[in-house]
Amino acid sequence: MPMFSKTVKIALAVATVSTFAGVVTVSAQDPIAERKASMKSVGGAIRPLVGFARGQADYDQAVAIASFTTMNEVAQRYGDLFPEGSETGGETKARPEIWTDRAGFDEQVANFEAVTAAAIAANPADVDAFRAVFGPVGQSCGSCHEKYQVSSN
Amino acid sequence: MRYALALVLLGIAGALVFFLLTLPNSVDADRIARIQAHPPDVTNGESVFWLSGCASCHSVQGADGDARLELVGGYELKSDFGTFVAPNVSTHPDDGIGGWTLAQFATSLIAGVSPDGGHYYPAYPYQSYARMTDADIGDLWAYWQTLPAIATPDDQPETALGFPFNIRRGVGLWKLAFLDDAPLVDPATLPETAQIARGQYITEGMGHCGECHTPRNLAGALRRDVWLAGADNPSGPGGIPNITPHPDGLDNWSEDDIAFSLESGFTPEFDSMGGTMASVVKNLANVSGEDRAAIAAYLKAIPQHPDTR
Repeated sequence: MPMFSKTVKIALAVATVSTFAGVVTVSAQDPIAERKASMKSVGGAIRPLVGFARGQADYDQAVAIASFTTMNEVAQRYGDLFPEGSETGGETKARPEIWTDRAGFDEQVANFEAVTAAAIAANPADVDAFRAVFGPVGQSCGSCHEKYQVSSN
Repeated sequence: MRYALALVLLGIAGALVFFLLTLPNSVDADRIARIQAHPPDVTNGESVFWLSGCASCHSVQGADGDARLELVGGYELKSDFGTFVAPNVSTHPDDGIGGWTLAQFATSLIAGVSPDGGHYYPAYPYQSYARMTDADIGDLWAYWQTLPAIATPDDQPETALGFPFNIRRGVGLWKLAFLDDAPLVDPATLPETAQIARGQYITEGMGHCGECHTPRNLAGALRRDVWLAGADNPSGPGGIPNITPHPDGLDNWSEDDIAFSLESGFTPEFDSMGGTMASVVKNLANVSGEDRAAIAAYLKAIPQHPDTR
């Protein structure tokens, strides 16, 4: 049953990537810690994808889908992690523009959700197809960080 | 009475000295002739454009794709001296620099002097551009002619500085003290490779990396003794990282990590670089892999310094 084994493989890969990336459940009372943990999990999900894109590791479709899924899950709740009152503290790299230009920020988060959803839907079978959907994902990171994240503290 | 006269004479002498010291210098005629004589290479000009980061200040903030070629200005650089607003440098004949000659362009780029003979403030990184070669200046101007003409929007803000920084003539004194095209790292202390030499040329010159990554002294000039050791953000909150090979800087980044981060924006921890560096990455994604590798090789070879902030 090849379909079944593929599903299992993807489920396992999701679990593996999530564990590897260290998805941490942090209390909602600490949105700064929670958004930092979320972005760390995105970083962990991106790690194998960069290896594929650079030809340093053989492309693995299941791992790619698992990574895009992790990112998409973060994207879906990421906008809620910036409530009023969480502008400063905890060495946050959030720029004040997140709160002064909320619509612009929400648009960036929506874009992150859309490009990761598109990558999952494309279900890229080989590395060339993968590169085509990974490009916009990487650009969405830079585009949002340019406007809404400071370079360093 | 005699003292009063002496004071007046002293005042006049002082004003004369100030006048002479702050006289905007033009670029030597031989050099202009060499730049003009160079057969332009538009392809190299495009590469120089991206390496020089023109779009980061002169296109609209957050612009992507072809919109980064619309050099309408408007970027606000908020400094301790006031707010500098990047001007329109598109090819628009009235609002931009479409009416300029190559000689005027070169003079602005390497001497920081405008066509009407005024000093530009060093927010315009001519202190770095002064190191550019004749060929790269000529090629950049040739590429510039391919860019669109954009009218300045009526609501675009203008540079607003407090006294005494609003006296442009004073920049002449600053230039006497700090404008110098000598190398920032003694080439004799660097491994003698063509790649590192290229990296030094890009990083210290048109790349103008030190303009953000090097701390400034009280006069706003770059501190050569802590070259690239990181600094306060010159245009907003937060800081700019140390990029020397020190443990506070890029010690645990390989050359390959650095080159890849300049292409993709991803750090070795797979964070995506934010703030103005994201814009720099958009520029450097358009240059050759060899040039990104050259920058990386230079950054790993220079003297290390701890953070200063």
